[in-house]
Amino acid sequence: MYEKIWESHMVREVPGEPSLIYIDRHLVHEGTSPQAFAGIEAGGRKVRRPDLTFAVMDHSVPTKNRELPIVDDNARLQFEALARNCKNHGVHLFDMFSRNQGIVHIIGPELGITQPGLTIVCGDSHTSTHGAFGALAFGIGTSEVEHVLATQCLQQDRSKTMLVTFSGKRPLGVSSKDLILALIGKIGISGGTGHVIEYGGDTISRLSMDARMTICNMSIEGGARAGMVAPDQTTFEYLEGRPFVPRGREFNFVVDQWMELPSDFGAIFDKTLELDAAQIAPQVTWGTNPGMVTSVTDRVPDPNSFRDPDEQKAAVRALEYMALRPGTRIVDIPVDRVFIGSCTNSRLEDLRAVARVVRGKHVARTLKAALVVPGSRVVKAKAEEEGLDRILREAGFEWRDAGCSMCIGMNDDVLPPGERSASTSNRNFEGRQGKGSRTHLVSPIMAAAAAIAGHFVDVRELGVDVTE
Amino acid sequence: MQPISKHTGLVMPLDRVNVDTDQMVPKQFLKALTRQGFGRNLFYDWRYLPGEVPNPEFVLNFPRYRGASVLLARANFGCGSSREHAPWALLDYGFRVIIAPSFADIFYNNCFKNGILPITLPDAQVDELFRRGEAHVGYQLTADLPSQTISDAQALEFHFDINDFRKTVLLEGLDDIGLTLKHEPDITAYEQRHDPQANLHQAVDFTQ
Repeated sequence: MYEKIWESHMVREVPGEPSLIYIDRHLVHEGTSPQAFAGIEAGGRKVRRPDLTFAVMDHSVPTKNRELPIVDDNARLQFEALARNCKNHGVHLFDMFSRNQGIVHIIGPELGITQPGLTIVCGDSHTSTHGAFGALAFGIGTSEVEHVLATQCLQQDRSKTMLVTFSGKRPLGVSSKDLILALIGKIGISGGTGHVIEYGGDTISRLSMDARMTICNMSIEGGARAGMVAPDQTTFEYLEGRPFVPRGREFNFVVDQWMELPSDFGAIFDKTLELDAAQIAPQVTWGTNPGMVTSVTDRVPDPNSFRDPDEQKAAVRALEYMALRPGTRIVDIPVDRVFIGSCTNSRLEDLRAVARVVRGKHVARTLKAALVVPGSRVVKAKAEEEGLDRILREAGFEWRDAGCSMCIGMNDDVLPPGERSASTSNRNFEGRQGKGSRTHLVSPIMAAAAAIAGHFVDVRELGVDVTE
Repeated sequence: MQPISKHTGLVMPLDRVNVDTDQMVPKQFLKALTRQGFGRNLFYDWRYLPGEVPNPEFVLNFPRYRGASVLLARANFGCGSSREHAPWALLDYGFRVIIAPSFADIFYNNCFKNGILPITLPDAQVDELFRRGEAHVGYQLTADLPSQTISDAQALEFHFDINDFRKTVLLEGLDDIGLTLKHEPDITAYEQRHDPQANLHQAVDFTQ
């Protein structure tokens, strides 16, 4: 599949030089674009295809009282710069007041900007999310953002390919987040470096688009710039009727094209890996990168249990940072705050599952805060139509407006020093959610269950699944 | 971009695997409009104690490494976020060469856009450089891009591999947008063949 999309986007291929590939969709946000637009202007260049470029404000937007003036001057200047750049160059913008605003990787699929077979880039490493539709999507740096703005192309070397197959029945209470965390735990955070991962197998085929996006989203946490799932009936049903997706006969025509995308039978990959989904338990990270992860039934590992001396050192340092003792049962770790959100897990299916766990219950008294931040304003509106906001509020959660929020803490939603979170986001790096903060990555229902109990619990005991 | 051909400089060892770009430039510094001035924020949370007092236990603050321009690192350097602020900060601080057993893809790519030479060497050779760097105060390395070697004053010499095209870009400090625009007719031809479009079929709430 990767090769098919790669070949079909080739603009120029010369031995000894990187290939020039065409970019179908360029997504832009306020954080990594100001210097790129400035570069375009300084070079006397213009945006080649503003009609294929879509900008949104997401990284620093406030998730409450959005109507008030922005007090963070630096954030305000970035919003103003994005609005000005989009206006000057004719780029479509969803500002923080648009009904379609949300996290860039949530709104692309939601609006149907993301489609199978396309090349999609964004100055953000979680662009891998869009690969769930059978698109080739990856994150780029700001210099490359400028390059795409100016040329609608990228200089790229061909990647290696890796096929990861999940087979077997996913146990009740085990979500796509657990599948991808288990994979990263197995291959490590650089196991996918230099590769594009294709996810296959009957477990993946049975997943919803929301769940597939969670898996592709975290491909980068395993070192792979892109992750992909072959488009199928689930993909086509998701896309039909979305604003940027063709209608009627034209839709049938594009579906026929999309059906040509899946890898051919017997396609050769540089690496292959098989995982048994039936053997995977809910996952909880204990350290300071997403590969430092274990099952909820397990204990915090002893650094001496790692063979590699560098890994031992890293584990010692991680446990010190996380203030955890080896041998502690995961379910005995208390949490201070719960964050449900981010481009990994803030879609409607995630919020519905959280609501099923917390309905009629209340967050633990020991909890300092529990935040639900929908991935987009469309997700927020739909959740409100279904009454999810009421269930969550009654359970003691704060119901916020859409944005990246506490995944990266560029707005006011910061995890204070020394505090411990159960978070549905994607990175547990030192200081990620706030300086000195301690992040445990989990699935939405695991985060919800931890909010109610005040510590991690094995969500399988509650008999609630991610889907109904 | 400033070209780089031959560079000799003081070596600073950073003995940690999986150093992510969040550590190089924490989030609060991403709200900038320019590429300049990130050097003072490099490794901010590791480097400073409260009140921006330099943390004497962090290697960057050791007097013996003041003025270092060659960064010696461990595996998977630069993982995580795509933020180009990381190489901007390294460059602004003064690093022109980074040596590690492996780099994360996006970071590796971003280095070339900014005139930083990332050198990949086998683990054993990196270990040897760590030993020498720690044993000799003032330890310097010379990276010679044309001959693809690094060497020290004690006759150590290691060869490194690098993609020929990337090598040329660094040696000549080429503007890759300018390079691509030389192939503008190819881009136009592609657009005529494929007619890439993003058409709306239902109204959305664009700001403009």
